[in-house]
Amino acid sequence: MEIIMAVLAGILFTTAVYNLLQKQMLRIIIGTALLSHGAHLFILTMGELKRGAPPILSEEVEQYTDPLPQALILTSIVISFGITSLLLVLAYRASKKNGTDNMEQLRGNEYE
Amino acid sequence: MLLAVLLPFIIAIFIPFLSKWKEKLHTGFFVTAVPVVIFIYFAQFLGAGFEPVTREYSWIPSLDINILFYLDGLSLLFVLLISGIGSLVAFYSIYYLHKSEQLGHFYVYFLLFMGSMLGVVLSDNVFVLYTFWEFTSLSSFLLIGFWNYKERSRYGALKSMLITVFGGLSLLGGLVFMSVITGTTSIQQMIRQQELILNHEFFPLILVFILLGAFTKSAQFPFHIWLPDAMEAPTPVSAYLHSATMVKAGIYLVARFSPMLSASDWFFIIVSTAGIVTLCWGSYMAVRQTDLKGILAFSTISQLGMIMAMLGFGTKVAIFAAVFHILNHATFKGSLFMIAGIVDHETGSRDIRKLGGLMTFLPVTATLALFASFSMAGVPLPFLNGFYSKELFFDSAINLEQTTTGIAAFLKTIFPYLAVFGSIFTFVYSMYFFFGTFRGKANLDELPKKPHEAPFGMLVSPMILVAGVIIIGLFPQIINEPFIAHAATAVKGFEFTKHISFWHGITLPFIMSLTVIAFGTVLVLSLTKWRSVYRIVPGVLSLNKFYDGLVDRTVSYSSIVTKSYMNGSLGRYVRLIIAAIVIAGFGIMAATDGFHLETSNLAEITVTELFVAFMMIIAAIGTIIVNNRIAAILILGVVGYGLSLLFVIYRAPDLALTQFIIETVTLALFLLVFYHLPKLEKKNESTSTKTLNLVISVGFGALMTMVAISAHSSKMFDSIADYFIENSYKLGGGDNIVNVILVDMRGLDTLFEITVLGIAAMAIYGLIRLRGSKKEEE
Repeated sequence: MEIIMAVLAGILFTTAVYNLLQKQMLRIIIGTALLSHGAHLFILTMGELKRGAPPILSEEVEQYTDPLPQALILTSIVISFGITSLLLVLAYRASKKNGTDNMEQLRGNEYE
Repeated sequence: MLLAVLLPFIIAIFIPFLSKWKEKLHTGFFVTAVPVVIFIYFAQFLGAGFEPVTREYSWIPSLDINILFYLDGLSLLFVLLISGIGSLVAFYSIYYLHKSEQLGHFYVYFLLFMGSMLGVVLSDNVFVLYTFWEFTSLSSFLLIGFWNYKERSRYGALKSMLITVFGGLSLLGGLVFMSVITGTTSIQQMIRQQELILNHEFFPLILVFILLGAFTKSAQFPFHIWLPDAMEAPTPVSAYLHSATMVKAGIYLVARFSPMLSASDWFFIIVSTAGIVTLCWGSYMAVRQTDLKGILAFSTISQLGMIMAMLGFGTKVAIFAAVFHILNHATFKGSLFMIAGIVDHETGSRDIRKLGGLMTFLPVTATLALFASFSMAGVPLPFLNGFYSKELFFDSAINLEQTTTGIAAFLKTIFPYLAVFGSIFTFVYSMYFFFGTFRGKANLDELPKKPHEAPFGMLVSPMILVAGVIIIGLFPQIINEPFIAHAATAVKGFEFTKHISFWHGITLPFIMSLTVIAFGTVLVLSLTKWRSVYRIVPGVLSLNKFYDGLVDRTVSYSSIVTKSYMNGSLGRYVRLIIAAIVIAGFGIMAATDGFHLETSNLAEITVTELFVAFMMIIAAIGTIIVNNRIAAILILGVVGYGLSLLFVIYRAPDLALTQFIIETVTLALFLLVFYHLPKLEKKNESTSTKTLNLVISVGFGALMTMVAISAHSSKMFDSIADYFIENSYKLGGGDNIVNVILVDMRGLDTLFEITVLGIAAMAIYGLIRLRGSKKEEE
């Protein structure tokens, strides 16, 4: 199963990068969102999948899944949420101010 | 001794305060006192029984870099030159520079230069030497560009900076090599381990690096081109830096290291060839100049070439003559520059075509010029010091040590002829300088000012220097024993004194001198006839054109290179970055045989997961294909919810919960913002761009997949999960292990994750609420 998950993470990365390479801001942000999904899945797959019960202590369980990757992913989800929302608002402001959300048209003056 | 070197720096700090009163008293008077004091301090070491003096002051002991001063005969010669001529030049500059000039700036640079030059010649520690060396380049740059409103000054300053700093850096390379090989930073210690350096495989590099440093500083061919352009500096600067002191730093360096390096044949070949070529080229080019300072600049180049050639010869007579000529050149060239300055000051022009017949207007100056220029030409008169060193130069050129090596043996046969050739032109330009300026018909109409004799104060310094010329000329023995002999000993390593006398019979050197004068006179008289030769020879071979081209091309090529990837398109940068990651990643995996596939420890495959994964794949691809904004956003949601389903399947309840909530909030945000963003455009990119994007992204995805599989297949040790599971309740008092990790075991992560959220929230608030101006909103 891990191999399938690795392939899935790879496909997420592929689509993320493809979106990142587009010109429109909305697509780029979609790309970053996909990239973080891919990364989270990646971390999860790095640990061992489905070896035991959910990491909540109880009497009758012998083996638990690895809790550490989960804690790491949880932190990461929150951070990427913060970044994504900031990016979104930034895109909103940038396109309001510049009248375009095309990255190719957003260029500084050469002599600035 | 430390105080003597630091004195100019210390006084330099106070110059800006002193220069405020420059209206009442010229700042130069304060400054003149400094080199005088230093001169007196060092003069006490003079005497026949001089022994080298060492002083050490701690600076960076842990790196073996200490301010180690070593005063031997060579250093003594140079410190006396620097402080002596420094005093005269400072005094001269009082009359040369008007009070309306920025005297504070001038004297600060001047003192900086003097202090660093003293440091160069006294330092025994190579890194301290290098530090002072660069200080001289820097202060020289500032002095050349003193009149920074002139375009030519800035050009000359930049040129000298680029060339001397190029040489300085290569010198540093050589010094580092030597100190690594010998394990010491002291020059004297290095010389004692001469064998180690000479036999080291990097010896050729060391030799080239050190000589590059010396040749650029001392304006040797083909690095001489900065010196004529440095003539844009005020004349006292030209007299001081570009005739007597800084340009001799390279000479000093070669002399200082010659006990170590001269054992190699290549040292002889490179140094003496460079010297002779510089001598000939410089003296040949000097005749072409029309500017008085231009003549003197090329003359300096050629004389430096002569000294360098003698250092290269390396025989006892040659070294003695080289040291002797360093002193002689400083006396007559310093005074000639000052004379050129006086002519410029009193007539308003330095163009030799406009000048002429100034003898009657400037009788004193003309007399001084007569002595100095005839001494420079090496005219055989018993009161001119230039003759002696020229005679010794011929003597050393015909009495070279015998070697059998092919190139060296060949060079030895042609050197005497080249020496005579160069000297003929030296004679020509010296006569041209004197007669062109002071004799002939005066055309006063063309001169900006009516010429009259300079004030006495201005004449004092050249008078003293010319007095030096004559005294050394009349009584060469008085400086021989106590002074020059020590310097020659320091270079050659053993005691040697040469009896200098004017007349020692009809010898070959004397005949060479007579030849020089005979040919020189003919050439001077027919100067106008063969002038056109210059249109042919330096015409195409101009090194200045090459330099200008090099500088221009460096700028244009680097801008081409930069523009080739820095075109302002973010997409392009991302492409480059990701492509680099992919190439590096695959490269490393291939190089280290990093790919592993281990199937024994895999979880079983179930239909549910397959279904979810399949759905996510479809959705992820969908985000690319769909052209509808809302559809793209919703499809992105499918991926997120799919991920949270996977979290459920993989027994991560907290993750599933968080992912679910956050996906919802993010979606809502997307939907909020999407309303304000322009519609998604139909992708109208070219097929090649699309393919490139596809290749890069597939490459990246494949790389990550491989990394994931490989990492999973090659676990090196067990997880530390057991610790958390065992101690979650015992230490943290909680059943939910993930939460205990988040707030208890690794609470710091959580603290800063909260901070991140807080900052993001504030930034968003700021972005929405704070506006630069009202106008911007419309």
